[in-house]
Amino acid sequence: MSRDRSRATSRDLERYAGLFASRTKVMKSSAMRDLMAITERPEVISLAGGLPDTSTFPAESLAAITAKMAAENASRALQYGPTEGLDATKDCIVEVMAAEGTTVDREDILVTTGGQQVIDLVCKTLVDPGDVIVAEAPTYPGAVPAFMSYEADVVQIAMDADGMRVDELEETLDRLEAEGRRPKFIYTIPSFQNPAGVTMSLTRRRRLVQLARERELLVLEDNPYGLLRYEGEPLPTLHSLDGGDFVIYLGTFSKVLSPGIRLGWAAAPPPVLEKLNLGKQATDLCSSTMTQLFVSTYFAHDRWEDYLRSLRDLYRRRRDTMLDALAEHLPPEASWTRPQGGLFIWATLPEYLDTTDLLARALSRNVAFVPGRAAYADGRGAASLRLNFSGVGEDDIREGVRRIGAVIREQIGLYGTLTGAHPGGADAITEPAAAEPAVGLADVVELPRGREGERRSDAR
Amino acid sequence: MTRVAVLKGGRSLERQVSLRSGARVEDALADLGHEVVGIDVGHDLVTRLREAAPDVAFVALHGRDGEDGTVQELLELLGIPFTGSGVWGCMRCADKVIAKHAMTEAGIPTPEFYAFTETAFKELGAADALGEIEQRLAFPIVVKPSDQGSALGIRFARSAGEVPAALVAAFSYSERVLLERHVHGRELAVSLLDGEALPIVEAVPREEDFYDFSARYTIGRTSFVCPAQLGDETTERAQALARDVFALLGCRGFARVDLMLEEATGELFVLEANAIPGLTETSLLPQAADAAGIGFEALIGRIVELALAPAPAQRA
Repeated sequence: MSRDRSRATSRDLERYAGLFASRTKVMKSSAMRDLMAITERPEVISLAGGLPDTSTFPAESLAAITAKMAAENASRALQYGPTEGLDATKDCIVEVMAAEGTTVDREDILVTTGGQQVIDLVCKTLVDPGDVIVAEAPTYPGAVPAFMSYEADVVQIAMDADGMRVDELEETLDRLEAEGRRPKFIYTIPSFQNPAGVTMSLTRRRRLVQLARERELLVLEDNPYGLLRYEGEPLPTLHSLDGGDFVIYLGTFSKVLSPGIRLGWAAAPPPVLEKLNLGKQATDLCSSTMTQLFVSTYFAHDRWEDYLRSLRDLYRRRRDTMLDALAEHLPPEASWTRPQGGLFIWATLPEYLDTTDLLARALSRNVAFVPGRAAYADGRGAASLRLNFSGVGEDDIREGVRRIGAVIREQIGLYGTLTGAHPGGADAITEPAAAEPAVGLADVVELPRGREGERRSDAR
Repeated sequence: MTRVAVLKGGRSLERQVSLRSGARVEDALADLGHEVVGIDVGHDLVTRLREAAPDVAFVALHGRDGEDGTVQELLELLGIPFTGSGVWGCMRCADKVIAKHAMTEAGIPTPEFYAFTETAFKELGAADALGEIEQRLAFPIVVKPSDQGSALGIRFARSAGEVPAALVAAFSYSERVLLERHVHGRELAVSLLDGEALPIVEAVPREEDFYDFSARYTIGRTSFVCPAQLGDETTERAQALARDVFALLGCRGFARVDLMLEEATGELFVLEANAIPGLTETSLLPQAADAAGIGFEALIGRIVELALAPAPAQRA
C-alpha cells in the first residue's frame, strides 16, 4: 500500500493542528536539534553526546553472554515479563546499589526502559499541568523536554561547586508556599551532575533530605554516574541518607554496562512505586526480558566491577586530558568545572556570547558540544556549554578542545573589536593565554544565576 | 518513466529540513511512476551521480552547497539536467547582499541596509561607523548573516548595546553580515512556479515577535494563512514584485520571494528570494500551490517537467 503523505496540504495541516494536545505546544523543537543532527557526521569530533565508550566491551564477551543466555533461558527471553521486572535482574540492581552503600529491597524496585523512563513515569504519576518541579540550574538537558511534555512549571535552583544551593532551595520553597504552590518533586543529580559536573556536598545532601522530610516533598535522585568516581571519597546517596521515605532513586545500567540494553530502575516508597508500576503498564507493559536476562547472565560472571574499574581508568585519563586541554586552549574569560567523576564538564563564557551560534561556527570546524540553553527550561544558559569527555579518545579530546578554543577566541576578539575593547582585536585571537593551573578552578565555578524571582511563565 | 535522482541532506545547517523535503519529494515522484534514487549528498556525490545516471536531478537541498550554486555547478559539469535555478540564479538568491544590491539597482524596494565582512571590523575599523549606521536605520535593527537560508543567526538589536553581540552571533554563520532596517508589518511569502506567482501565504507568528527557526518547521507554532487576506491591489503589487525579483535574479522553475507589508505606510519591501524553498509538510510553496489547485504531486511533477524543458542558457 502506498503512503499518501505527499497529499498533505495546508488544509490537512490545519486539521492536524486542531488535533494536537495542548501539551505539544510546549514540546520543544529547537534550532539546536537541527544543529545537533549535523554533529553525527563522521568528520565531526563530537564532545556533545553523553555517550559511554562501548567499544571497550569485548565483542567475545557479548557473544558468550548472549549464547549462555540463549542456552539457559531462550523461551523466557522471548516472552513478556512482569511489569516490575525479573527477580534475577532486580538482584543485580540490589548489588549495584550496595556497591554505593545503598541498601534496598528487591520489592522496592521497578525495572524500567532506561533511566529516562523513570523521569517520564515520575512526571506521569505526580505532575498535573502547571504543577511545579524544582530542578537544578542547569539541569539534565534530557529532562527538560520530559518536564515540558507534562506542562510542568520548572523552577531551577542555582548551583555552585558544592551542587545545588540548598539555601536558595529553601527560599524558593518558602516563596512557592507563599504563592500557594507546592512543588511535586525536587529533581537532582547529586553526583557529577549532568551537565555541570559538580557534586553535592555531604552537608547539603543531609540538609536536602531533611527539608524533604520536614516539608513532605519527594526528591527524585538521578544517579547514573555515582559509581564513576575518579577521585575523592564516595558520598552517601540521598536514598541511603533518607532511608527511602521521601526519595525516589533513579539508577541505570547505561553507564556501568551499556545504554544499548535500555535498562534502568526506580527504587521508591511503596505507594509511589505502585503508581509508577501502573504508569509503566500503560506505557510498555514491561521492559525487555531479553536484555534483563542479559544483565543477570552478565552479573553471574561476577566481573561487572572489573569492567567498571576499567571504565573508571579510561574516563579518568580522558577527563584529565580535557582539563589540560581546556587550560591550554580556552581564553581567560572562560571558566569551567572540575568534575571528580561522571562524564561532563560545564564551561561558561562571557555573557555576550551565545553558544548556540558558537556551535554553528564550531561545526564549520568539525567539532561539536551541547549549547547551555538546552539545560534550562527558561532560555537561560546561553553563554555556557557542556563538554563530554567519555565518548571520544584523548587525541580527539585535545583536538576538539583546541578547535572550540579557537572559535571562542575569534568571537571574543570580534566582540572586543566591535565594542572598542580591543581595537584591531587580531592579537586577542592569535595569542593563546598562558595556561591557567587547573588547581583552584573548583573554587571559581560560575554558573549563571537567574534574576531574582524568575521562573518559567510561558509553559502554558 | 523518468529516472530521477533526489539530492537531499548534505552538510548544511539545514540538513534535517532538507531530509524531510527530500523524503516528501521522493514519495511524490514514486507515486507519479518515476524511478527514484535518493542521494544524501556527501563526498561521493559525483561517483553516485555517475552510477545512478539519472535523466534529471531533483535538488531538494537547502542552504550552503545545495542552494548557492555549488551542487548546480557540478550537475552542469556532469551534463545532468536539474530542477530549479541555475548556478548564477542560485548564487544571487543565496547571497542576500548581492540580491539586495541587484534589487536596489533595479528599483525594487528592499529595506535599507549596510553589509560588512568580519575583516571590515577587524582591519578597517568599521566598528567606528556603527553609530552612523544605527542612526540611519533606527532601532530595532535586524542583524543577519548574508548567506544563511533559514532564520538561523538572525537577531533583533533593540539598542546600540545589543548590536555587538548580534553581530558576533550572525558572524557565526556567515563571513558577511548585514544590518537592515526593521520593517514592522505583515510577513508575506510569494511562491512562484515557472515565473508565475501563486497565491500569497502570510506567516503569522503566535508567540515571539519574530518567528524563529524552529517555528518555521513546526506545525502549530506559526499559523499560515493562504491566500493571505489582502486587498486585490496589494496582492497584485506583491505578486508583480515577486515576478520581477524572479526574473531579475535569474531564477528558473520555482522560487519563493519573502516580503514585508509595512504597517505604517502600506508599502511593500522585498526581504529576500529563496532559490530552493522548503518542501516539507509545513512549507509555504506547497501550501501556495495547493491554494492554486495544484496538489503536491502535480507540483513536483511540474517542477521536473520544467527542468527537462529546453531552457535558455544559464551562463553568459
